[in-house]
Amino acid sequence: MAVAEVQIEEHDVHHDDHEHHDSFISKYIFSTDHKTIAKQFLITGIFWALIGGALSLLFRLQLGFPDMDLGFLQPILGGWLTDTGKLDTEFYLALVTMHGTIMVFFVLTAGLSGTFSNYLIPLQIGARDMASGFMNMLSYWFFFLSSVIMFISLFIETGPASGGWTVYPPLSALPQAMSGSGLGMTLWLVSMVFFIASTLLGGINYITTVINLRTEGMTFSRLPLTIWAFFITAVIGLLSFPVLFSAALLLVFDRSFGTSFYLSDIYIGGEALPNTGGSPILYQHLFWFLGHPEVYIVLLPALGITSEVISTNSRKPIFGYQAMIISMLAIAVLSFIVWAHHMFVSGMNPFLGSIFTILTLIIAVPSAVKAFNYITTLWRGNIVFTPAMLFSIGLVSFFISGGLTGLFLGNSAIDINLHDTYFVVAHFHLVMGSASFFGLMAGVYHWFPKMFGRMMDSTLGHIHFWMTFIGVYLVFFPLHYIGIAGFPRRYYSFTNFDAFSIFTDLNAFVSVAAILTFAAQFIFLFNFFYNIFRGRKAPANPWNSTTLEWTTPRVPGHGNWPGEIPKVYRWSYDYSKPGSDKDFIPQTVPLSETPESNLPHENEMASKESVAKKDAAKA
Amino acid sequence: MTPDLSMQPNASKVLSMHPKKFAVWLFIISITMIFAAMTSAYIVKQAEGNWLIFDMPTAFLYTSGVIILSSVTMQWAYLAASRDNLGQVKWMMLLTVVLSIVFLFGQYYSWIELVDSDVFFVGNPAGSFVYVFTGLHAFHLVSGIVFLIIVLSSAMKYKVHSKSLVQIEMCATYWHFLGGLWLYLYLFLILNN
Repeated sequence: MAVAEVQIEEHDVHHDDHEHHDSFISKYIFSTDHKTIAKQFLITGIFWALIGGALSLLFRLQLGFPDMDLGFLQPILGGWLTDTGKLDTEFYLALVTMHGTIMVFFVLTAGLSGTFSNYLIPLQIGARDMASGFMNMLSYWFFFLSSVIMFISLFIETGPASGGWTVYPPLSALPQAMSGSGLGMTLWLVSMVFFIASTLLGGINYITTVINLRTEGMTFSRLPLTIWAFFITAVIGLLSFPVLFSAALLLVFDRSFGTSFYLSDIYIGGEALPNTGGSPILYQHLFWFLGHPEVYIVLLPALGITSEVISTNSRKPIFGYQAMIISMLAIAVLSFIVWAHHMFVSGMNPFLGSIFTILTLIIAVPSAVKAFNYITTLWRGNIVFTPAMLFSIGLVSFFISGGLTGLFLGNSAIDINLHDTYFVVAHFHLVMGSASFFGLMAGVYHWFPKMFGRMMDSTLGHIHFWMTFIGVYLVFFPLHYIGIAGFPRRYYSFTNFDAFSIFTDLNAFVSVAAILTFAAQFIFLFNFFYNIFRGRKAPANPWNSTTLEWTTPRVPGHGNWPGEIPKVYRWSYDYSKPGSDKDFIPQTVPLSETPESNLPHENEMASKESVAKKDAAKA
Repeated sequence: MTPDLSMQPNASKVLSMHPKKFAVWLFIISITMIFAAMTSAYIVKQAEGNWLIFDMPTAFLYTSGVIILSSVTMQWAYLAASRDNLGQVKWMMLLTVVLSIVFLFGQYYSWIELVDSDVFFVGNPAGSFVYVFTGLHAFHLVSGIVFLIIVLSSAMKYKVHSKSLVQIEMCATYWHFLGGLWLYLYLFLILNN
């Protein structure tokens, strides 16, 4: 027993103040501070976005200008160009595959969720750091390792994985099938295993932190919608990424150990492979059980950020706070039972197809609720057009215009026609790709002052927004027409088919628009990196926002608040509250200090507050 | 380096559970999803036909007994710790480690049995799945054994007692889960065969 008591005393002594003397390495590289880890995710995400975007320009050049001599790219592409200066056909497939993989996983999952969940969860719920700073650091470094492996795979002689970002077997399972299915595919799988580990470590941390480390008074009904979105995203990830792991594991066994989970009755060059008894459809089921929730893993954080930014810059509370939460929960639940709408042409039972059609169409309801609530929040607001606000409004625009085509594609009868055409490409690039990218940008513009203590240039932000916004529509809107005409995605060349030669000009137009849109991102890059060092110093609360992160010092240290963690007395959307002389009331202001704007039930709570204060004073 | 955040007085009012214990449960959920995916894949594949039918190794029955026993000793160690019976904690933790290693050898023996009855890892997926289930479970079990050994070594240093139960509690949770997971896989294989 004596031993026991000694140990407890040790515990008590330990947890007071702890001085940090960070070296460069522990401060900027192997940091356990959630803010530094978030910046690491952001910078890595930006790096990947540039690579992913550049890859798309390469294949857009091929599609828009099939006769072009790409010889000037010889120093970069080397053997991937033919003698006549054209892209190698297999390398074209590698380009679309890597573009998809990089954008979906490395930019919009790790770069978006990794950045903003890490950055905002502790700051907005009032915690000193994540539940486990070490696991959080591990999460980033697993992601880094995964990135390094995927990056290396871009430079190997046989090329990176080329079977599409969904890596369907048997194409991906048989090294004989294409050169990208050799070492490139192996590296893809290894990289994804580390990526899944990273996502799970991060997700476990986000969920634990949101549930257990909220500051006093921060009930679930007072959480900003960003936190709700990150929380639900993490739950979806926790449930779906393990399934991708299972799918990938069985694929590894098929590729490297000769098992037949996904392979059966395959002949190559007239010779039968020994594999028998497997089913490639099995892989599709497992993959899309992750793959569809993944869409919402990408989108929900962007929607959460948008809720926050739109409410702040409309100077109005978010319309339908509870409806927003319920619709996010509904989207999360539904995301797990609609996966087979990606498989309508896999030979599935048509009856099953109609069930999945109905379930898919139900997602339109919570999505429409969200779109409605964004618009009604904007309605008659005192809108402040900051770059973050513009990007958020842009997101709402893409969410609607891209979401509408989802109604077509969700119907099995129409999807059988449109499956794997450019219509699908247009749909998901608008609703998932561009919308999430705009959410990411809104987040960067909005929280840059907190991240780096300096302001970004607003004029450059506006130019960046308008060029990107118009550019995205110019790129993806024409693709609908090409898709309805029936042109399949992932094909190397339009010009081989007479029926599609009328689209030559349209394709050239799309490619030019893509190049301009990509070029516009360099305005952002300059604005971002220059202002990290040279920007105007940010005021404490540049957007007059109510949430907790703006109560920290200009550049918060490890631990976020120098003194005690602030307590929370109200929800995060008290903008333009009737009766109040200011147009926002921070969450830290007690109800008892604002009798002029309290609602009747809030006055009751205010009187309880003052009783509690007197009790505390007596004690 | 990182402060123990659960000790921060400000957070206490909304604190619903020890963050690390909570994280163990989330980890358990993610493992559950891996095996849920695997066993669903088994059902889907089985329904498609071309399926090899064979007898499950008899060793599975014995290893199931062993892992139930190890859960009993684990729980015993935990209860002993909560009653500050530190001697028993050590012995029961040690016994749990021994039983867990016996279990692993038993699983390996079941693979030998499978090979003897001409069911190989490479071949009909019906057989491959059994290897994947047992192998993946064994892989997680090894992580559980590492945890057991960590708790055993802190028990040796008298650091596990009624006022410091968090570690052994998390270990017991994880260990019972791994045992339950194996029983689920075993029943699943018997009932679907």
